[in-house]
Amino acid sequence: MSRTSIIPAPLARLPWRVLLTITAIGCFGLVVLFSAAGGSLRPWALPQGVRFFVFLFAAVGVSTVREDVWRRAAFPAYAVLVVLLFAVELLGAVRGGSQRWLDLGFIRLQPSELMKPAIVMACARFYDMLPPSETRRFGAIWPPCVLIGIPAALVMLQPDLGTALMICAGGVTVMFLAGIPLRLFVGGALALAIAAPLAFNFVLHDYQRNRVLIFLDPESDPLRTGYHITQSKIAIGSGGIFGKGFLNGTQSHLDYLPEGQTDFVFATMAEEWGLLGGIFIIAAYLMVIRWGVNVGVRAKSRFAKLTAAGLSTTIFYYVAINLMMVMGLAPVVGIPLPLVSFGGSAQMTVLLCLGILMSIDRESRRKTGW
Amino acid sequence: MTRAPRIATEAQQGYTFSRRAWLLGTAQLGVGGLLVARMGWLAIAENERYSTLSESNRVNNTMIPPRRGWIVDRAGHPIADNRTDFRVDLIPDRVEDLDRTLALLQKLLDLTPEDLLRVRADLKKAAGFQPVQVVDNISWERFAAVQVRQPELPGVAPTRGFARNYPAGAAVAHLTGYVGTATAEQYKATKDPLLVTPGFKVGKDGLEKTLEKQLRGTPGAKRVEVTARGKVVAELATRPDIPGKTQKLTIDVGLQEYAARRLGTNSGSVVVFDCQTGEMLAMVSMPAYDPNSFSAGISHLEWQMLSANDHVPLMNKVTQGLYPPGSTVKPMNGLALLEAGVSPDERIFCSGSLRVGNGIFHCHKKRGHGPLDLRNAIAQSCDIYFYEMIRRLGYDRVAPIARMVGLGQKFDLPLATQRYGTVPDSAWKSRKYKSNWTVADSLNASIGQGYVLANPLQLAVMAARIGSGRMIQPSLLADHVHSGAAALTVNPDHLRIVREGMWKVVNGGGTGGASRMYVPGIQLAAKTGTAQVRRITMAERRGGVLKNASLPFKLRDHALFVCFAPADNPRYAAAIVLEHGGHTVRNLDSPMIGRDIMTWLFDRDLAMKSLAEVEPTWGGDIRTRMAAEAAAYRAANAAETEAGLGTETDAPAPTAAPAVEAVTRARNANADATPGDIANTGGVAGTTGSPDTGTPD
Repeated sequence: MSRTSIIPAPLARLPWRVLLTITAIGCFGLVVLFSAAGGSLRPWALPQGVRFFVFLFAAVGVSTVREDVWRRAAFPAYAVLVVLLFAVELLGAVRGGSQRWLDLGFIRLQPSELMKPAIVMACARFYDMLPPSETRRFGAIWPPCVLIGIPAALVMLQPDLGTALMICAGGVTVMFLAGIPLRLFVGGALALAIAAPLAFNFVLHDYQRNRVLIFLDPESDPLRTGYHITQSKIAIGSGGIFGKGFLNGTQSHLDYLPEGQTDFVFATMAEEWGLLGGIFIIAAYLMVIRWGVNVGVRAKSRFAKLTAAGLSTTIFYYVAINLMMVMGLAPVVGIPLPLVSFGGSAQMTVLLCLGILMSIDRESRRKTGW
Repeated sequence: MTRAPRIATEAQQGYTFSRRAWLLGTAQLGVGGLLVARMGWLAIAENERYSTLSESNRVNNTMIPPRRGWIVDRAGHPIADNRTDFRVDLIPDRVEDLDRTLALLQKLLDLTPEDLLRVRADLKKAAGFQPVQVVDNISWERFAAVQVRQPELPGVAPTRGFARNYPAGAAVAHLTGYVGTATAEQYKATKDPLLVTPGFKVGKDGLEKTLEKQLRGTPGAKRVEVTARGKVVAELATRPDIPGKTQKLTIDVGLQEYAARRLGTNSGSVVVFDCQTGEMLAMVSMPAYDPNSFSAGISHLEWQMLSANDHVPLMNKVTQGLYPPGSTVKPMNGLALLEAGVSPDERIFCSGSLRVGNGIFHCHKKRGHGPLDLRNAIAQSCDIYFYEMIRRLGYDRVAPIARMVGLGQKFDLPLATQRYGTVPDSAWKSRKYKSNWTVADSLNASIGQGYVLANPLQLAVMAARIGSGRMIQPSLLADHVHSGAAALTVNPDHLRIVREGMWKVVNGGGTGGASRMYVPGIQLAAKTGTAQVRRITMAERRGGVLKNASLPFKLRDHALFVCFAPADNPRYAAAIVLEHGGHTVRNLDSPMIGRDIMTWLFDRDLAMKSLAEVEPTWGGDIRTRMAAEAAAYRAANAAETEAGLGTETDAPAPTAAPAVEAVTRARNANADATPGDIANTGGVAGTTGSPDTGTPD
C-alpha cells in the first residue's frame, strides 16, 4: 500500500484476481452466446456484453460502500423486497395469471431475484444483533425461520420453485454458519425427507411434479418434458473432451437443445468446448466462491463474516443447481448459470453479491492495514 | 449432546464460524468435483453413445422409394410405367394442429371442401404412421409453395416421386392389376420402413401383385441435415434407388386395347393366343376399373359404384369367370367322336327334337336341320346330331379329349386367381354327388351345358390346340414361353375334319357367317356358342321362347365364340365370352367382335375402320363411357356422405371383392341346378345351340 505505484491506491486495492476471473467467465459466456446465435452478436451476445460491463463497473462502485451501510440497510432492504413480492403477487392476481416481475419502465425488476442476497444479509444482521449467549436458544432459531419463510412462500406462490429453494438455502446457510446446533440441521434434513413426498403430492404444481418425475426417469418421456434433459445430456456427451469446435455445435444450432442460450447454456458451451470448457467454468467459479468464503473468514465483524460466506454460497447454489440440472443430476428448476446464461437478473444479482463481497474485503483489509 | 460446549463468547462464536466455513468450503469443493466427474462421465465414458444420438438427431435418413419396374408388351411398348409426380401427404402422428395445417394447405393447394372432407375421413381411419394423401399430381409451383412452408407445417410431407401410370387405362386393368399403399398388416408383418414411406406403393392385384418381387426394386437413401423442427439445412449424401426390373409380357398392347374397345358396352372377356407358341397376345376383361385412379386411391363411393355394377368390373372374367361353354365345345366333341371311331360322313337326321326316356330334347332350330354329317353338324351347330352321337357313345369317351384340349385345366400363369371349371364324367359325378351318370347328363354335356364349366382362358386354349394341333401351354411372360409344344395325341386327319367344320361355320353357310373376314387371303374358322342361364318351361316353349332382348340382363344367354385364323394355316386363336350378351345387338355380338379382333392381327387399318364405325353408336371409347357412368352414379347418389369421400383403403383386391365372390357363387349354383331340373321336368332345358340371331344366314 505504501508502495509507490502509478496505479492509484483505491484501484490497486481491488481484488484483481477475482475481477479477472469473473471477467473471464463473463467473456467466455459472451463467446458461447455468440455461437448460440449462429455466429452473431445479436440478439444475445451484444446486449449481454454491454450489461455485463455496466454491472461489473457498478460492482466496483458498490465495493466502495462501507460495510456499515450494508449492515444498516439489511432489514429495510429485506422489508422493501417483501412488499414488492406482495405487489407482484397482487398484480398477478389482478391481471390473472402468474407474474414474477414489476415493470418499472426502464427495467423489469424481479424482486425474488434480489431477495437471494437480501435474505442472506437479513439473517446475517439478525445474528449480528443477537448476543452470543443467545445463539443456542430457541429465540435464535424462529426469527430467521420467519424471515426465510415469508419470501420463500411468496415466491413459491408465483410459482417459482427454483428461486424459493435458493432463498431457503441461502438463509439456512447463514443459520448454519451462525452456529445453530448441528442436530437441528440433521433433524431438519430428516424432516425434509419426510416432508418432501408430502410436498410433492400436495404443494407442487403439476408441471413441477412432472419435472421431478422426469428427472427421476428422463427417458420415460423423451419427446415432451424429458426432452430438455435428454437433449442437454446429448449435447454435453457428444462434445467429448475437446468439443466439436467453436460454432460447430449441432445440438444448439439445429435447435435440438431447448433454451440453449438461457438455462441450458452450459450444454451449448460443452458441445463446442468439451470437458475442458466445462472444467474451466467450474474451476473459475470455485475460485471465486473460495475467495468469497475466505473474505468471510478474514472479516472482522460477525455481520461481515456471515454475509460474505452466505453470499458466496448463494453464488455457489446458482452454479451447482444449474450444472446439476443440465447434467441430469437435478430436476429442471429454471436456475440460470450466472454470467453465462443470457438474462440480466442473475447477472445483476451475482455482480451485486460480488460488489458487496469486495466492499467487505476492502473493509477487512483496511482494518488489517491499521 | 448435552455435553456440547455452549457458545457464550464472541471468540467461541468466531471459532465455530471458521470451522463451519471450512466445512462449507470443503462441501462446495466436493460438489465441484462431483460436477467435473459427472461431466467427465458424460463426455468420456458415454461420449460414443451421445455422439451417435447427436448424429441421429442431426442427420435424417430419408428413403427414396424405388422406381417400380416397367411392364412392357412384346414389342417393348409400356403397359405400366412411372410418371413424375409431385404429391403432398400427411403423417398423422406428426401433425400438431390439424385444423391450422389443413387451413393452410387448403390455401396453398387450392383444395376443394370435398378434398378436405376426404382427408379428414382418411385421417380418422389411418394408423398414425401411415401417410395419408392430401393431393397428388400437382404442379411444381404448388409443390414448391408447400415445401417452403414445411417448417411451420409439422407432419406435412411434400414428396417428389413417381406415380404408376397405365397408358391404356381400364383396358389393361385385369392384366396388370394396380398398386396402392401397403396395408397396416403388411407393415406390422415386416416392419419394413419402406412400406410407410410416403409415395411408396405395392402391387395389389394382377401382375403387379404376382410380380411384386421383381418389380419393386431397391430403395435409395438421402441423408439430410435437419433442424429439430424438420427443416432441411443441407443435403449430405444421396444413394440412388435401384429401379425394379422391367417385365416383358407376351401381350400385344395394341391388340389388348383394341379388343377392350371392341367389346363395347358388353360385360365380356377376350383371350387371344399365338396358337403355335402359346403366347398370350391379349387378355381382356371388360368393363374394368381404371388402374390409374385405383393406384392414386379411389373413394369409397367409386368403390361402391364398381361393386354394385351388374357387369362386375372388379372381376377378371378371363380366369375367374366360369361359363357353360355351350356349343363352342362341339368341334371338340366332333374330335372325340372321330377318335372313338365315328365316321365323319355318317349322317343323323335332325327333326328339331329328340325323345330320350320320358324327356324331350330340343334343337335350337325348331323345324330341324334334316340329315347332317359331322362337318355340317358343326357348321349348323346342330344339337340333335351331338345328342344322338354322344347318347350312343357315352360322355366318358368325350371327357378325356375335353381335358386334352384344355378344359378343366389350370395353367402355369402369373395370375392370382384361376378357376378351372369342370369336365364332368361318371366317376366325377359319383364322387361329387354320390349318384350315377345319366343319359340326360351326357346329352347336356354334349352341348356344353349341364355340369360343364370353363373359363374364357380354357376356351381360347381349346381353340388354339385344335387350330395348331399342338399341346401349347399358355404363357404371359416373354421369358417364360413354353416353346416346342408336342403334337396332340390324336389323328391329324381327325383334326383336319374338325377344322373343316369350323371353317364352314364362317365360310360355308354356318352359324357364324357374320364373322367372315374381309382380309384378302385370310379366312376365319370359328365356332359360335350360346349358354343358357335360365330354365325354359314347357308353357313358354308352347307360347314361343322369349327373345333375349325382352329379358332382364341377368337372365339373358351368354354369347361365346372361339376361332382361329388363317383357317388353312392357323396362327392365331381367340375366345370371346359375352356375359348375358344374348345375341341382342348385332355389332356388339361375339361373331363380329371376333372377326374384328382377328382382323386387327392381319390388317390394323381395316379393323380400326370397323371400330370407328360402331364405337360412336355405344357412347364413345372406354374413357368417355366410364367418365359418363361415374358422373351419372355420383348424380344418383347425390347424398354424398363424408365416409363416401374417404379413400377406400380396406377394400380387398378387386378380383377378391365380395361382389365378385357373390357373382361366382351364384353362377356355380345355377350350373349345379340345371341338370337336376332337366331330369325331373322332362327336358325343359338344354335346348341351346347357336341361334341365328344376328347372323345373316
